[in-house]
Amino acid sequence: MKSTRFLAWLAIAVGAIYFIVPLIGTFEFSLRMRRGEYSFDAYHSVFSDIQFRSTFGFSMLMALFTIIFGMLLVVPTAYWVRLRLPKLRPVIEFITLLPLVIPAIVIVFGYLRLYNSSSFLPLTNSTSGTNMLLVFSYMTLSLPYMYRAVDTAMRMIDVATLTEAAESLGAKWPTIMFRCIFPNVMSGVLSGAFITFAIVMGEFTMAALLNRPAFGPYLQLVGANKAYEPSALAIIAFAITWLSMGLLQLVSRFQKTAPVKA
Amino acid sequence: MSFLSLSHIQKSFGQVQVVRDFNMEIEKGEFVSFLGPSGCGKTTVLRMIAGFETPSGGTITVAGKNQSGLKPNQRNIGMVFQAYALFPNMSVFDNVAFGLKVAGRSKDEIDSRVKEMLSLIKLEHLAERFPYQLSGGQQQRVALARALAPKPQVLLLDEPLSALDAKIRVSLREEIRMIQQQLGITTVFVTHDQEEALSISDRIVVMNAGSADQIGAPAEIYNRPATRFVASFVGTLNLIEAKVTDPVANRISIGDQGVTLREPLGPVKAGDTVSLALRPEAGSIAEGAKGDTALAGEVVSSNFLGSVVRTRMRVGASVISFDMFNNPGLVPPAVGETVTLRFTASDLLIIRD
Repeated sequence: MKSTRFLAWLAIAVGAIYFIVPLIGTFEFSLRMRRGEYSFDAYHSVFSDIQFRSTFGFSMLMALFTIIFGMLLVVPTAYWVRLRLPKLRPVIEFITLLPLVIPAIVIVFGYLRLYNSSSFLPLTNSTSGTNMLLVFSYMTLSLPYMYRAVDTAMRMIDVATLTEAAESLGAKWPTIMFRCIFPNVMSGVLSGAFITFAIVMGEFTMAALLNRPAFGPYLQLVGANKAYEPSALAIIAFAITWLSMGLLQLVSRFQKTAPVKA
Repeated sequence: MSFLSLSHIQKSFGQVQVVRDFNMEIEKGEFVSFLGPSGCGKTTVLRMIAGFETPSGGTITVAGKNQSGLKPNQRNIGMVFQAYALFPNMSVFDNVAFGLKVAGRSKDEIDSRVKEMLSLIKLEHLAERFPYQLSGGQQQRVALARALAPKPQVLLLDEPLSALDAKIRVSLREEIRMIQQQLGITTVFVTHDQEEALSISDRIVVMNAGSADQIGAPAEIYNRPATRFVASFVGTLNLIEAKVTDPVANRISIGDQGVTLREPLGPVKAGDTVSLALRPEAGSIAEGAKGDTALAGEVVSSNFLGSVVRTRMRVGASVISFDMFNNPGLVPPAVGETVTLRFTASDLLIIRD
């Protein structure tokens, strides 16, 4: 009995060491910029870098657009599939899983081939067009997580019966969608939003190949040219992800609704 | 002309026809129950009235207006669902107010109507609660208030009590009936529970395989089942096979015992087999029991069911059950004992299909 308990603690300790020690090491290294003493100089250097601010701001903006347009695509799709086209569900699920199977670099080359300056839709001809393409590519990347989060939230409420109840009370589609369905899948929408945010903030391939000034390529640039700042940036990136995950937990805990199915 | 009319309604899903030539006239203020087993088409008919399903044939009219082509949100028909279907993001007040807000009523009107509805269901004190903070019975009462708030022409209740426990079901069904009578609203109630249908309906439609086997008042359905299905589905019934001995004199034999029926046997000849039905509560084995007909048989079992003791006796090839009201002094007959069941010949019904 005692040995089993000891082994369990040992397994936890090994796991914790495996995950935490590199983080502690990175954090400790990020504090060593000033010789002979610990300091936050690396963080100061990162935060005062104008490129950090501009790339971070750019990625934040792209994440925001990705979340908005992603939701506008995913929520009605998931709703419609649940309500009217349940037989299509496996097909939709398969499509949403494709970005996990197809490497980002293949997707972005596909985009460049389809939307280059000599194509029928030359999105890469302008900065705003390329930014739009970047948002679309982020939407594709976040689709597996976003769709599942929203679909799971829809499973928790009885979408079909709620829709019928609203219809029998005289409601039309916009009212049903925005007053009866959207608020009840908000936890799923926000979960998807935070995951999307975390993905967009760290994404490198799409932004680099579309040549946009995003946070991912900046991380790579700093990593290749500086010593202590990459460690500080790694810690900052971790903090952003953890913050997103924390908010996700908070949102699901504060959800005031419970499943209504009898 | 009746208020709600269903004329030659048909519904098929692919090759499967679930509703066949269904006809029904419902008067204003009437409470009609659709009763039948799962899959008999009762909910499909209800959903066609609500507009959630489109009939494959036939017409539905409400107050003389043909409902074909009208969407559910254009029909002014309230509906209560088995799964409550309250909007989880809205308080009780907002749930009840939803239909009124959609209809664009003024704030004052909404306030007063919602309060009126909440007082009707006696839940004024829970107006600020959310659905997940209510019990199942409370949720269903809110759903009822929500459906009634916009003053619908017809109220549809789709097995609203099925998800509740036994005691709440009884009290809520009485409450539903009381509210329906108070408001005088035309109501269609779908249930597979015969006790529910018998206790609160003005009329019952017993549905079988997509069509109405019998439409009538609860007592009529129970006492005079028109078909074998109605007889077996509504209440407990003894189905007895008998042989015609004298069709002119309405004489039949059950085993080797002769019985004269009150109901004419119709076009049968001697030697034919007829099916008869007898309710367990129709007869008695007590000494001095009244009745112009008697059947003797051997007791095969005797079960205590609380308020009654149900005894089964063998008569010829049939086994007949009969009930005795329980009392502290009651001594049920022993298995193997021969008893004589007395009943009135008019209680013996001929099942014609």
